[in-house]
Amino acid sequence: MDLTLEIWRQENPKAKGKFETYKVQNISPDCSFLEMLDILNESLIDKVQLPINFDHDCREGICGMCSLYINGRPHGPDNEVTTCQLHMRKFKDGDTITIEPWRSKAFPIIKDLMINRNAFDQIIQAGGYISVTTGGVPDANSIPINRNDAELAMDASACIGCGACVSACKNASAMLFVAAKVSQFALLPQGKIEAKDRVKAMVAKMDELGFGNCSNTFACEAECPKKISVSNIARMNREFLCANIS
Amino acid sequence: MQKSDCMKSILNYSSLSKKYIMALAGVFLMSFLVIHLAINLCLLRDDGGEWFNAAAHFMGTNYIIKFFEIFLFAGIIIHVLIGVVLQVKNWMSRPVAYKSGNKSTTSFFSKYMIYTGAVVFIFFIIHFMNFYFMKMGWVETTFKIRGEEPNFYLVAQALFSNTNYSILYIVLITILGFHLNHAFQSAFQSLGINHPTYTPFIKTFATFYSILIVVGFNIIPLFFLFFKA
Amino acid sequence: MTKLNSKIPKGNLADKWTNYKSHQNLVNPPNKPKLDIIVVGTGLAGASAAASLGAMGFKVKIFCISDSPRRAHSIAAQGGINASKNYPNDGDSVYRLFYDTIKGGDYRAREANVYRLAEVSGSIIDQCVAQGVPFARDYSGLLDNRSFGGAQVSRTFYARGQTGQQLLLGAYGALSHQIKLGNVKLYNRSEMLDLVLVEGKARGIISRNVVTGELEKHFGHAVVIATGGYGNVYFLSTNAMNSNSSAAWQIYKKGAFFANPSYVQIHPTCIPVHGDYQSKLTLMSESLRNDGRIWVPKNKEDAEKIRKKQLKANDIKEEERDYFLERRYPAFGNLVPRDVASRAAKERCDAGFGVGNTGLAVYLDFAAAIKRLGKDVIEERYGNLFQMYEKIVDENPYENPMMIYPAVHYTMGGVWVDYELQTTIEGLFCAGEANFSDHGANRLGASALMQGLSDGYFVLPYTIQNYLSKEIKVPRMSTDLPEFNKTLEEVKGRLNKLMSISGNKSVDYFHKKLGHIMWEYVGMGRTKEGLSKAVELIRELKKDYWSDLRVPGDMNGVNTELEKATRVADFIELGELIALDALQRNESCGGHFREEYQTPEGEALRNDNDFMFVGAWEYKGEDQMPELHKEPLNYEAIEVKQRDYK
Repeated sequence: MDLTLEIWRQENPKAKGKFETYKVQNISPDCSFLEMLDILNESLIDKVQLPINFDHDCREGICGMCSLYINGRPHGPDNEVTTCQLHMRKFKDGDTITIEPWRSKAFPIIKDLMINRNAFDQIIQAGGYISVTTGGVPDANSIPINRNDAELAMDASACIGCGACVSACKNASAMLFVAAKVSQFALLPQGKIEAKDRVKAMVAKMDELGFGNCSNTFACEAECPKKISVSNIARMNREFLCANIS
Repeated sequence: MQKSDCMKSILNYSSLSKKYIMALAGVFLMSFLVIHLAINLCLLRDDGGEWFNAAAHFMGTNYIIKFFEIFLFAGIIIHVLIGVVLQVKNWMSRPVAYKSGNKSTTSFFSKYMIYTGAVVFIFFIIHFMNFYFMKMGWVETTFKIRGEEPNFYLVAQALFSNTNYSILYIVLITILGFHLNHAFQSAFQSLGINHPTYTPFIKTFATFYSILIVVGFNIIPLFFLFFKA
Repeated sequence: MTKLNSKIPKGNLADKWTNYKSHQNLVNPPNKPKLDIIVVGTGLAGASAAASLGAMGFKVKIFCISDSPRRAHSIAAQGGINASKNYPNDGDSVYRLFYDTIKGGDYRAREANVYRLAEVSGSIIDQCVAQGVPFARDYSGLLDNRSFGGAQVSRTFYARGQTGQQLLLGAYGALSHQIKLGNVKLYNRSEMLDLVLVEGKARGIISRNVVTGELEKHFGHAVVIATGGYGNVYFLSTNAMNSNSSAAWQIYKKGAFFANPSYVQIHPTCIPVHGDYQSKLTLMSESLRNDGRIWVPKNKEDAEKIRKKQLKANDIKEEERDYFLERRYPAFGNLVPRDVASRAAKERCDAGFGVGNTGLAVYLDFAAAIKRLGKDVIEERYGNLFQMYEKIVDENPYENPMMIYPAVHYTMGGVWVDYELQTTIEGLFCAGEANFSDHGANRLGASALMQGLSDGYFVLPYTIQNYLSKEIKVPRMSTDLPEFNKTLEEVKGRLNKLMSISGNKSVDYFHKKLGHIMWEYVGMGRTKEGLSKAVELIRELKKDYWSDLRVPGDMNGVNTELEKATRVADFIELGELIALDALQRNESCGGHFREEYQTPEGEALRNDNDFMFVGAWEYKGEDQMPELHKEPLNYEAIEVKQRDYK
């Protein structure tokens, strides 16, 4: 496959970036999207040019490190996959592909397509955990948990923290990310003890960091590689309301 | 002074609280629309405006209604103000737009709420100038009942006999329908009401409700255009 | 010469850990905040250690190469985590878990460490449940278990196919809690480049902020390395792209011994390589072998036609298929252990029977199982794996047989540590996959998560105090000490050297070349000649690397090529050590298979008389032959046997 790539290049966080056009040739349809970028980078290094920086790590769709906004969609045209699991067979020979970084005030660009997602860590640090310390906990089976609740908690906890939800949302809102963590613990008896403080602290941090508000367009759910449901957002709305009025 | 403090505290509300207020105000306005529609449908009765004017008289003079009118206006103002505040934050949250736009699968209407909302607001002002100002006596009219109260039936008839006005009315009501379609289900989601069994029902009902409003209100100009003109 | 002292406590095996804890030195609460601990790595071992130490009151600095601790590659573990809880009432016990792990490791692990691992395994589950890890549950609301290879009991706890992710997120939550409380400070996008020694003790590290490019000096009363394994020496592996051995390698060069580097686990059920552009291999759970049958065509001509896409798998008639595992191992069939299955597949492909466009793949066929059980049952059991396969390979595995090939997965070898997880450098500790201690020559499924968390939550937080109790009078040191500045200059020199080569080849070019050498000669089947050749080729490669490498850009700001360059420089040297270790170990055991040492049936042939030891290598200087130290392995509680799968 021969492809034309329009890629956002930006020297550093403060620099003014711009789109650059690149051509790649003879790309195998079995190649993953990031491998296609590897090939481009190798050719740039060959020409003594600077390779394109992008975030990636596990390349099996679980670490949440890869990003990229490809032709108008985070993680590209396939559903339920991260960019690293997107394959070139989803494109046609001769296509022009526009590759942009996640755009959000809360995710500043570091270089080219690399972004800073520390905001997610800060939200978790605000309360996205159960405050137990090591040792002195009860036996695992002393806390029976309804199977359905455990499954729902697992659904929510499958979040990989990639930020596609923020990227897809027209408001760059982090509601789905925050709601997934709030929901996981709200569904489990262990998490209920600090549930009120948790949801208040996490929402306050989310607002503070410059994410937008939720318009219930559900683009987040549509683009989530792990199919986290927006019912988690409703659950967080409920939790927050109850936490504030009771 | 007090006003700006109040404004500040609204700004300082969490994003979720703002959404609750948005939703509650919206639900209140949607319930009012049903009453409004019921009254409007009186226009269809071939009684020379008897029912319609009676309803208008009741709405204009009843103390309970007047009491709720305060909430109605407050609801509109709050809904609009918070809507704008939320939207400004939303715009600020993505300072650089995507070149390739957004091709994610979302419900179409949900993306344009601020724009459909703005259109509805403009419509609201026009509507106000046509009817409410008249009721308050701020705008003079030649259509009067016994030379005192404005005869709203005749006012409506005059307006709807104007083809351009009717078309505009139909378009604006349709846009209101778009706004309502998303608003209805969105309000439930914002208030945390989501359930695998009931949410599909709510969504269907939202569509039904918005169609009801659009069809219900639009029957009237069509009626006047085709049967009364 | 440093003598290896494993510091195994005296007494009965079952009492050792209890005795140790009862008699070790502790640091009292007011002194803890006066002590700084550096933890490098935020995977299961690093995050859990930092969270536990922070909660105890120590001041912890934790370093993460990614943007967030949650990216660590522990997150990719699928199957589960073992614990001897005996919830299913099927006869499990601490001893049985200990025994299975020792046997699975082919009798090359340290008995006392493994027993302790089995002992604390239950506490790990308790801890994770308290953290809100959503383990699978049965309808009564109690925890569910599944069975896994190498055990006769069901002791594996799991959270769908994402157990590693859920456990890591649990540890990440605990870590985030301590960060909020101010007990732990996180340095993300920071890579450790060297260790600082002051008077022979580990006192700090030099790290590079990969965003700004700045080199930083950090002091700690003790340093913990938890940076995972070195599978990426092979270029293609199931490891993440950023997984590297540089921290481990730098401490090796500073005097920490490196043990059993040749013990590398090669996992049989991975999605095969499909082109030279490939960057990484994807693992599929080994549970697939429960219902899948592995085969290649009987005739070479058929295999050739398949490779040329003139024939399809389903065109090959039943009698023209060679179910080679069932043929060679009639008793265990497709369920032979990982190492045996991997070697058999390689043997067929090397002989020219491989399928796929590269010829490096064998079929894993579910047609018989679908016929027998129905598609629904297969979908229920393996649906997510089939879907993943289809996304990557673009073939429907319900209709066409899957293609699989072995891939480098886990490294049992690592930094040598004693019972306290302390390396041969005082004050330097090593936890998780980065150390060598618990898996011997082969790791059983669902044991890696157990070991990482056991080290981090329940072992290191105790043992490190035995060391730190002697350090309470040592004040925080200034990082302007000459030792820090000297190490910083060394690091700067190394980076400058890499930048100034200005050759013609990219880092990946060399990395791929190294990977080919390693896979070819230091892979599944090793020979004396092959290994000697590998050492020779790697030495040549090293020369080429330092004369023909091109690193574009500069040292300021983000430069991923420079990051890769430092790592590959270390991989090349480590690759040589792996080959040397494989060369000295004249036996076959676990993941290390020397073709000269096999039974007539082709099984691994151990030599317990001469090789029942841990081979710990000491660095002797640039391009010098490292020195091998032997820690004898004494088995008191179990009888050593030949592994048999017939």
